[in-house]
Amino acid sequence: MGKRSVIPFGPQHPVLPEPIHLDLVIEDETVVEAIPSIGFVHRGLESLTDKKDFNELVYIIERTCGICSYMHGMGYCEAVERVMKVQIPDRSRFLRTVWAEMSRVHSHLLWLGLLADAFGFEALFYQSWRLRERVLDMFEESTGGRCIFSVNKIGGQLKDVPDDMLKAFSVKFTELEKEIRVMAKTFLEDYTVNKRLKGVGILTKEQALEMGALGPFARGSGVRYDLRETGYAAYPELDFEMCVEKDGDCYARTKVRIEEIFQAISLIRQAIDKMPGGEIAVPVKGNPMGEYAMRLEQPRGEGVYYIKGNGTKFLDRVRLRTPTFANIAPMVQTLKGCKLSDVPLYILSIDPCISCTER
Amino acid sequence: MKDVSKSPWIIHYDGSSCNGCDMEVLASLTPVYDIERFGVINTGDPMQADIFLVTGGINTLNQMVVKQIYDQMPSPKVVVAIGTCACTGGIFKECYNIIGGTDTTIPVDIYVPGCAARPQSIIDGIVQAKECLKQKCIAEQKAAKEGK
Ligand code: SF4
Repeated sequence: MGKRSVIPFGPQHPVLPEPIHLDLVIEDETVVEAIPSIGFVHRGLESLTDKKDFNELVYIIERTCGICSYMHGMGYCEAVERVMKVQIPDRSRFLRTVWAEMSRVHSHLLWLGLLADAFGFEALFYQSWRLRERVLDMFEESTGGRCIFSVNKIGGQLKDVPDDMLKAFSVKFTELEKEIRVMAKTFLEDYTVNKRLKGVGILTKEQALEMGALGPFARGSGVRYDLRETGYAAYPELDFEMCVEKDGDCYARTKVRIEEIFQAISLIRQAIDKMPGGEIAVPVKGNPMGEYAMRLEQPRGEGVYYIKGNGTKFLDRVRLRTPTFANIAPMVQTLKGCKLSDVPLYILSIDPCISCTER
Repeated sequence: MKDVSKSPWIIHYDGSSCNGCDMEVLASLTPVYDIERFGVINTGDPMQADIFLVTGGINTLNQMVVKQIYDQMPSPKVVVAIGTCACTGGIFKECYNIIGGTDTTIPVDIYVPGCAARPQSIIDGIVQAKECLKQKCIAEQKAAKEGK
């Protein structure tokens, strides 16, 4: 048995854009245990419930995370709408789906870039971020923001998107898809990339279920679990097939995410084709009374938005459970037994979003 | 001492940001915006960095991390606070765990507002930081000469 030592990893680390701290107990070069400690990004935004009313909270909840900000706002709005029994117009439902899937495309492209950076393929990193900018351009065109959009409100949307702009998006996505396919080939077939990804960081299906892994991390291990099947927003009216792989290694997770990009682009195109006309918001009267837990599929997995209203304009409680929080336990599991130099890759393969986790 | 302001190295630390500004900083490093054309390069090592980009507000836990990074950087150094959060605490100012903007912990030279700060304004901030670094270099050289 080699000598054991503890290596601190993070919070400021070149490969991590975000601060997470891990104490790695290593034996020679092999990690035997990883102890995560979080809290570097903790702001306590749930505590703002008693300072901001439920309408203003939309903008706070959106700023839980700048990557899937749209979905956070959407989850919160849907939860409040369900408590207040508000039926949002069809066009708003479809617009939400389009923006949510656009968020998924940009989030997955962002992750692919960071992954490429983690295994030292700088050109691939730049390539996927270059393609991601196209999605952000479309976001900017339709909402005005690149990261934080603030187009959601309780009862619908704040902004409408003209039909011809949507049509143009559809065409742009078709072009983008072609380019992503070329890039995806490098991720899936390149010899060096495969060497780094195949057969490493394995999470078996049993472990995934036992530890409660979520999202592409779980689907890469063969767990069929995707909340879009539960049918919120416009998903019941769209054709959708879950992407599942069974190997459970980094390669499987990459493959799931790449397929989800194409899936999302197809969903966007379908939603644009079926986009109904009409109003984008309904007026909302009164205050929320009652509680609801809304679950939806974020790029990283299942997000839960729990709200409890007491009949005044200030909510009693807002609680978010974000996917990375659930994924940290299985990630620590995969770290056991890996080589020290692989640690950044393993951490990145779950697509961690620390600012979501700590809020 | 040489003039380092022509090609300063930058270091980026994400305080308690929501990732929005954080991703914009990264985005401005990638081909579409490409701040490297101004001669800067991103590094992960505080000892080699001249410009410190901070995103997000300061909370009780990351205060010491930000301070440590700042202390490790060689002088002269410039701090750029990116995003409303890093400037003042922003939307999270009233949260119990937020102390405030970056200037509650370390001196800030350039403020880049915006939620999220756009890559264009981040680039502008970095270009201004280069100028600021130059001034600081000159001031230090002068001080060193007078000291002799
Ligand atoms: S300024 Fe806005 S986008 Fe930037 S970190 Fe703060 S909340 Fe996020």
